[in-house]
Amino acid sequence: MTIAPPSDQLVAGATERRRPVRPTGRAPGRTRIGYLFVSLYALLALAFGVVPSLYAVVLAFTNTDGGFAGLANFTKVVGDFRFWPAVLHVTTYLVIWLVGLVVFVVGLALLVHSVRLRWASTALRFVYYLPGALAGASSVLLWLFVLDPTASPVSGLLRGLGFDSFVAVIQPGHLPAIFAIIAFWTGAGGWIVIMYGALNNISTEVIEAAQVDGANAVQTALQIQLPMLRKWIAYMGVMSLAAGTQLFVEPQLLSQASNAVVPNDYSLNQLAYQYAFQQNDFNGAAAISLILLVVALLLSWVFVTRGGLFEKE
Amino acid sequence: MPALSVERRGANLRGWSGRSVAGVVTLLFVCFFAIPIVWLLFAVTKSAKSLTVSNPFSVGTWHDLVANFHQLFDFQDGAVTTWIANSAVYSVGALVITLLVSIPAGYALALTEFKLRRVLLVLTLVVMLIPSTALVLPIFLELNSFGLIGSPLSVILPMSFFPFGVYLTYIYFSTSIPRDLLAAARIDGCTEFQVFARIALPLAAPIVALVAFFSFVQNWNNFFLPFVMLPSSDGYPIQVGLTSLLAATPAFNPSSAGSDSVQLPTLALATIVSILPVLIVFLFSQRFLVDGMTAGGTKE
Repeated sequence: MTIAPPSDQLVAGATERRRPVRPTGRAPGRTRIGYLFVSLYALLALAFGVVPSLYAVVLAFTNTDGGFAGLANFTKVVGDFRFWPAVLHVTTYLVIWLVGLVVFVVGLALLVHSVRLRWASTALRFVYYLPGALAGASSVLLWLFVLDPTASPVSGLLRGLGFDSFVAVIQPGHLPAIFAIIAFWTGAGGWIVIMYGALNNISTEVIEAAQVDGANAVQTALQIQLPMLRKWIAYMGVMSLAAGTQLFVEPQLLSQASNAVVPNDYSLNQLAYQYAFQQNDFNGAAAISLILLVVALLLSWVFVTRGGLFEKE
Repeated sequence: MPALSVERRGANLRGWSGRSVAGVVTLLFVCFFAIPIVWLLFAVTKSAKSLTVSNPFSVGTWHDLVANFHQLFDFQDGAVTTWIANSAVYSVGALVITLLVSIPAGYALALTEFKLRRVLLVLTLVVMLIPSTALVLPIFLELNSFGLIGSPLSVILPMSFFPFGVYLTYIYFSTSIPRDLLAAARIDGCTEFQVFARIALPLAAPIVALVAFFSFVQNWNNFFLPFVMLPSSDGYPIQVGLTSLLAATPAFNPSSAGSDSVQLPTLALATIVSILPVLIVFLFSQRFLVDGMTAGGTKE
């Protein structure tokens, strides 16, 4: 499931930055308890945030004997015949997923928001949200059934599309779309609930004013609601993009379930895993992890520093 | 007057067609989200044969449900029970440490002053926004050099590092606790620790529950971290255990046909069992998610 810091909180964070709220006066007791209270957290942050990142940097720039290797590890993994196909796979998946996510999450949130019956709107959100409980391996497993025409609840649909066997469904060309569908099924509901909450925060006066001016539902959505959701859409996009580059469990399980019709080095994270566990090449694994980590850090950094995303409309 | 009514009828008509398109789209997505789950509930009541031949949405028999249940929990002499117990230990263990660490840290970041406060805050924000899987292999490489791979701590400790929980707590304490209240408690003779334990902590109960919810769900569903850290089947959490079950399912792995093989309905049952605790939490949590959005909302 996706974790999202609430917009109010993002705004609150930004407010705090602009107008620092500090305890008045300097109290030595308070400073002491401050150190005491953050010490364990700081320790964990060092042990599982800072140190592993630095260690990955060290490994990525050294060889097996611990000598400085320059960019050799990077040129090795980038030159690996499996690297660029993996990049292409992950990119294709990301494009399909992100476009689908933005279009359908925003569309469904607007639709659900326009439902006037309270119970119906609540029920819809609940149905959309529930699959989020099946994350990771569980949801992939469930989708193995759905995609297997012999057992699938939608076998009619699959056969209608010309897929008569599991292997026919999971042809390599279909995989990015399949992974996108699985990710959407699991993750979209949480975002719909969040967008719905954001839509609720738009003042009814604004909407009513637009309607008095003759705007219909579609115009209201496009010209009032959508711009006000912009910040949230950007947030969803950045988070999903960062998470999507990490693709691992879906291709891993599909590879296992398909007798390697799906290769076990389909995604970049799988390739890093292969380096570490099949080839015992920790330096190569560190190099790939570092590339992925830098991508994630950049995205996170863009989001944190691009003040526009945090501004109140 | 007539012109107006014609106009209104036209608007209504357009409204109707618009609304029916909207209704169809909404229902299509209801099917998309609900069908797999509904199907799953039916599938576990069937035998392997009736799963493939009967209507996907027909009820099977009690007898087959019991048989599937036995096949699942007899798999590899009760491995599934071990995996669930492992999942519980890892998730709850990490949850407890997360709460013990994050709540005081969020309080300290919000209401006390110390060197490096700003640095820790930025670090929290940045790590919070990167996907947790991005750090898994680096953490593996680190723990491997300490020889900690395979120990339960190799998953519990990394999962306990939960910047999002610290961030939520920080926001709550810095926006929702009246400083006058804390100052009054100090004047009344409370020590700094008492101010936290007796005044701030009870007020923060909702945010503690929220952090607990997010932490538990994330820990229980975590796949990549335990998959990498725990090489032995005895140590698997249920999410990783599912891969063993999958490997023993002839329908997806023809080479596995043997005495200890798993039939499709049993695998479906395993899927349900693997998410049961999260599902229960989820049934009550939509409210939580929305609460999380407004938690400590800006009362400026």
